[in-house]
Order: sequence, then C-alpha cells, then structure tokens
Amino acid sequence: MMGFKRYLAKRAITMFGVLMATLLVTVALVGSNMDAILNQSVALDVRTQVTNNKQLLASFKTPEELDNYTQNQIKQRILALGLDQPWYSPPRLGLAMYKILTLDFGHAKFLTSDTGSSDVKDIILEKLPRTILLFTTATVIISILGIFIGAIAANKVNSKIDKITSAFAVISSSFPVWWIGLLMIFLFAFIYPIFPARATPTVPVTDPGYLVSLLYHMALPLITLVLIGFGSWSYLVRNFLIGILQEDFIMAKRAVGIDEKKIMYRHALKNAAPPIVTVLALGLSGSLGGAIITEAVFDWPGMGRLYFEAISVLDLPVIIGATYVLTAFFLASIFLADILYGYFDPRVRRQ
Amino acid sequence: MSFSPKEIWHEFSRNDIGLIGIGIILALLGLSIIAFVSIPVETFKEWNDPANWLSYPKSALPAWVNYFLPQKIPEHLVLLPQVSIQKTDRVMAVTNLFAVDYQYDSFPSDFIYQYSTKYSASPLIQMSVTRPDGLELELMSTSLPSSDTQTKFSGMIFSTDDFMKKNLKSDSDHFLFPFDTLSSENIVFSKLDENKILKGHYVFKVTFYDVDGNLSLDESKFILGGKVYGIMGTDELRRDLAVGLLWGTPLALFIGISVAVGSVILGLVYGVYAGYKGKTTDEAMMRFNDIIYAMPVLPLLIILAVTIGNSIFLIVGFLVIFGWVGIAKVSRSMALQIKTLQYVEASKLMGQKDWKIIFKHILPQLLPYTFASIAISVPGAITTEAGLSFLGLGDPTFPTWGQILHDASSYGAAARGLWWWIVPPGIMIAITGLAFVFMGHAMDTIVNPKLRR
Repeated sequence: MMGFKRYLAKRAITMFGVLMATLLVTVALVGSNMDAILNQSVALDVRTQVTNNKQLLASFKTPEELDNYTQNQIKQRILALGLDQPWYSPPRLGLAMYKILTLDFGHAKFLTSDTGSSDVKDIILEKLPRTILLFTTATVIISILGIFIGAIAANKVNSKIDKITSAFAVISSSFPVWWIGLLMIFLFAFIYPIFPARATPTVPVTDPGYLVSLLYHMALPLITLVLIGFGSWSYLVRNFLIGILQEDFIMAKRAVGIDEKKIMYRHALKNAAPPIVTVLALGLSGSLGGAIITEAVFDWPGMGRLYFEAISVLDLPVIIGATYVLTAFFLASIFLADILYGYFDPRVRRQ
Repeated sequence: MSFSPKEIWHEFSRNDIGLIGIGIILALLGLSIIAFVSIPVETFKEWNDPANWLSYPKSALPAWVNYFLPQKIPEHLVLLPQVSIQKTDRVMAVTNLFAVDYQYDSFPSDFIYQYSTKYSASPLIQMSVTRPDGLELELMSTSLPSSDTQTKFSGMIFSTDDFMKKNLKSDSDHFLFPFDTLSSENIVFSKLDENKILKGHYVFKVTFYDVDGNLSLDESKFILGGKVYGIMGTDELRRDLAVGLLWGTPLALFIGISVAVGSVILGLVYGVYAGYKGKTTDEAMMRFNDIIYAMPVLPLLIILAVTIGNSIFLIVGFLVIFGWVGIAKVSRSMALQIKTLQYVEASKLMGQKDWKIIFKHILPQLLPYTFASIAISVPGAITTEAGLSFLGLGDPTFPTWGQILHDASSYGAAARGLWWWIVPPGIMIAITGLAFVFMGHAMDTIVNPKLRR
C-alpha cells in the first residue's frame, strides 16, 4: 500500500506542476496585453475622478497645470499598484499566481453572468454546473451503452453485430464532433423541428421552468455526444473483453460448465474493469477539452462557450479564470483515472 | 524488427484496408494537383474579398439537384453578348443582345448587367427585353457621366433599381395584376394574366448610343441570377464552394502531413535520447513529457493562436508542440529495449559516440514504427486545425475546410437548411482522416506482428 501512496503522491505533484505550467503559459501569453489594459484603465479612472471633482478642477489656472496634476496622479497610482514593473517581474507574477490559486480572478471587463454580476467567480460558478451536467450525463450514457454493446460484440466475434460495431467505431471517430453537431441541428431543428437549434434556454434563470427548459435544450448536444462517443467506446470494451476471454481462468470456467452469460458479465467484465474505467475517466477529460467547440456549436451556455466568448472579446480575467477551472477539471479527471487504475490493478500499487 | 521496403510492400499489398487508404490518399493528391492547375493561387487568395464574387449567386444549391426535382430551380446564368454596331451620320449605336431560353419553374432571383467601357462625351445606355409572347418592355435608360477626355468607366445595372420599376409601371396596363410589391424580375418573367413564370425565349437588348462615335466596350455580360450554381453551389457570401473545397485539399494534406512528420521526428529523437541516456536525464525528460502530456491542448492552442498569431505555419508549429509527447513515450520504451542488445553494447565498448549510436543503431530500428505513427497522427492534426478554424481562429488568407464550416455556422447554415454548405467539408475532413487511419492501421499490423492474426 505504501507503493500506491507514493505513486499517487508522484502523480499529484505532476498534476500540480501541469496546472502551474498551464497557468504560467497563459499568464505569459496574455500578460503584455494585460499590462496595457490595466494601465489604460488606471488612466481612465484618474481622468474621470479629476473631471468629476468640480472644486479641484476650478483650482487649476492653466490647462498645463491640470495636465501635470493628472499625469502625477496616474504615475502615483501605477506605482501604488506595482504596475511600473512588467508582468514578468517576480513580485507581480507571484501575486498573480497567488490570486489565481485562491480563486480570486477579479472582475470581468465585458462579460457578465446571467444574473448580471461581473465577478469572474460568479460567472464561472454559474456556467460550470451546466458543463458538468452535459458532459457527465453523456459519459455515463456512453459507458453504459458501450459496455453493453461491447459485451455483445465480444461474445460473438466476427458476427454481423461485431463487424457493424467495429466499422461504426472507426467511422464515427473520424468525424469531428462539432460537424456531427451541425448535421444534427440541420436534421432536428430544420428538417424535423423537434429540438431548438440554439441550446441556450429561452426562459430567464429565475423562472421555475428553467430546469425543464435547460434539459430540453440539452437533448440535442447530448444525443450528438453519445452518438459520436459510444461507437469507439464499445469497440474498446470489446477488445479488452476479447483479450480477457482468451485467458486461462476463463477457459477453466468454461470447462467446468459455467454459463457463458455469467462468465461474460461476472468474471470477464470484472477483470476488464481497470482499463475500462481508466479509459472512461480519460475520455471524460478529453471531451471536457473539446467542450469549447462542442458548446460553441450548440450555443450551450457552459464553460466552453464562456471561454470562447472571453477569447473573442479578449476578456483577460475571464480567460485566466476559465483556463484555470477547465485545466483543474481536466487534471482532476486524469488523476481520477490514475487512482482508479491503481485501485483496480494491484500491480501498479506494488511498483 | 527490420524489414526491407520490398517485404513491407508485399505485406501491404495483401491488406485491403491499407490499399483503400492509399487509393483515397492518391485521389486527394490528384485533387490537389487539379486545384493547383485549374485555379490560380491568386483567385483563391481572393476568397474573402466580396468584390471578387459579385457575379455569383447567393446561397445557391448545387446545379445537379435539378436532376432530382420535378420543379426545375433556375440556374445562375452568365450570358455573353452578340454585339452589332450601327453608325448613322453622327450617332453610333452599339447593340448587345443577350438571348436565353428560360425553361425553369420559378423566377430568377435578380438580373444584373455588368459593363466596362471607354468613351468621351456622354453616351446613353438603353436596356429593354423582348419576351416569348412578343411584348417588349423598356427597362432602363440612363447616361454615363460626361467627360471631355477619353475615360474608362465600369458600371452595373441592377434589377433592383427603382428606376427600372418605374419604367415597368408605364407598361402595367398589359398585365392583369398589380405591381406594388413585386420586384422587377418577377414582372419581366411573368405571364400577363397572372403572376406566374412565363417560359420561353427572352432577349435582353442593351444599346449604347454615342455622339462622338469612339465608344468601345471592354466588358459586357448579363447575369441572370439563379438559385443553383456549379457542382457544389455557393455560400451566403456568393463564394463558389467548389473552389473552396478543392483548394482545401492541398491545405489539409499540408497541415496534416507536416504536423505528423514534425511531431513524430521530434518525439522520436526526444524519446530515444531519454531512453538511451537513462537515469536522471531520462527521469527529468519524462517528467517534462508528463507535464506537456496532461496539458489541456485546445484552450492553450486557442490562446496561442489569439496572442501569437494564426498564420498557417504558426498553427502547424503549435500543433507539433502538443503532438510529439505520445510518440516520445513509446519510442523511449523501444529505445530501452534496443539499448540492451549486444551489438549496441559492443559499439559502446568500442568507444562509439552517443549520437552516432543513436542515429546509426537505434533510430533505423524504429523506422517502420515511425512511418506507421506518422500516418496515424495525420487525422488528429487535420481535425484539430479544422476545429481551430471552425472557432474562427484559423489563417484567414488560406481558408480551409474548417473555415468554410466556420462561415457556415456563423451564418446559421444548419438551422436554415443550407446543407450543401455543411455536408461536403465535413465529409472531406472525415475521408482524409479515414484514409490515413486505414494506411496507418495496415502499416501497424505489418510492423507489430502481435496484431497479425
């Protein structure tokens, strides 16, 4: 068991390193922009303060005097905020990373949450549950379907069902999810108008019918995710199972005369569980990574679309906040895969 | 583990799926050559310039849909003139006749006369149409801007011009229905007793009257706007989708292959070096590898494209940055095996330099694996680039299939039923990806005897 703990600790450190590296890259890439924007907003703040203060305004005799005063004020403010140093100076970088780690993302420049708050934390807390709802539901459905179909295909290798499963897996995984999304919108919002083309609910958040509306709007993206995902997933399950069905202990059970179904669902599936669960958790992280495009296609109001919107208007605090949260979830699911793998497969623990 | 090229080809030619893959890739290469030969790069660079596509129809279906429809949708026609010149004492008249046999089941969407001319003084243009029933309608008469010296002038006459509608109103007593809300083309091509299409021969006549007698026409064409065009149709911005799809082929192949080759070479050298060196070097290099491996690729790619740039070459570079990690892991473990082989140890004892051992003894062993992983890495690169372009972050000067889909999505093509704008680019992406998967899979079974069964 000590080995497993050490393994987990090592993985956790790596994950933390990844999180830090991702954030550093993000801050480094948007940092110079951020400086320019911050300086501009400081200058704007000071100017409005001076012009709003009538008394102060009256005390200046010449326009040069006023100009000097405001310039001085701006300089002082910049000094006070530490903006005189570039973003890559250690104190500022340290402060920025510390703030991000403590989930203090500041206020968004343009974007707001549905309730009107511009606090990045509020915006993210509002969008995050929707992304989790969509992608975990899809993953659960995909895994159930996949295990079931994979077991059937593995039971009858080279049968028609098996061949269809394999072909479907290869073909479905070569189409981009978002393109299938476009086709689904064309089919189910234009030709047969069953579902709405845009997945953003039309009723306000405060309305009691909001959840129902949200679920109805979720149908099309959910169907698409499942459709594109379960093929390759059942193919994977099939391959794992075929490998295990050739092992000696299964042969022995067969020889004893245990019923085929029981062998498949009791013994084979149990032994295929570690790779299956691991790949499942990795699949979740993969689809989370693709959330940006998937949500953009369907206009699903989650983290992915928030990220995309933030990028298109260059709302830096939101970009940094969303990168942090997306990365954290991405890593959490990879880490989960590690733990599960170690839990199911004693060989890892003993290493 | 080593194979001669002849053996590989022998194995390969027995693998149907691999041959299908090769066949598709050859077809795609053929398409790329056709694109280079038939459509000059300059035309393709005008893809985003609306002025270049003015004479094309808006959101037109592919022309072949007419074969499947009982009601024939009007095709987009560009008519060329039959020019005749009459000269009387001082006036010269240049007449352009545009004849069309209109056999479609609905009205054209509009018509435009496009011309460019050289003249002095102040010529007059007159436009009229003779219908199948013999009725002649005056459409337009206007004068070109007057000039004392010889000038060049290009202009257009649109059917949406209010002046044309006014001219038609003076003939409204021939028609048994009111004109109020109808556009000019719906009147010109209509039956007299009801507002339905009148099929038959129409002749449009455009005459330039010039007093000085030195007018010359450089360009003169009559565009009868339709709703079907070409093999692939057009998009909302009037662009011919066949051009975009054709040119997308070499772009996709370029992106896919260069990213795959770049990542595989980088990963191979990195992995083999780490595996060969071992100990701390190996440990440090593999931890770095772990970090890149677990980074969320798409968000970082997006930030890179937005902040650094989105030229096609930069994007290839970004994709390589994230593409090499998996290959590095596999080639490291292979190198770990090979380095224990006796001949490697022997050459080490003989004092061979490290890099020489790596390049002479280890890398050649990994070559078959390399080719398989190049083929398998191509589809991922193509789809990721398509995804980036789909988000509007691709290189706008080289529109790819993803970019066509981006435009389609931003004009709501899916919800509006413009299927010809959505379906072909996606199928092209998938077919290209599949071809490389097939090929890679076939090569994998050859180099990995375990998979052969």
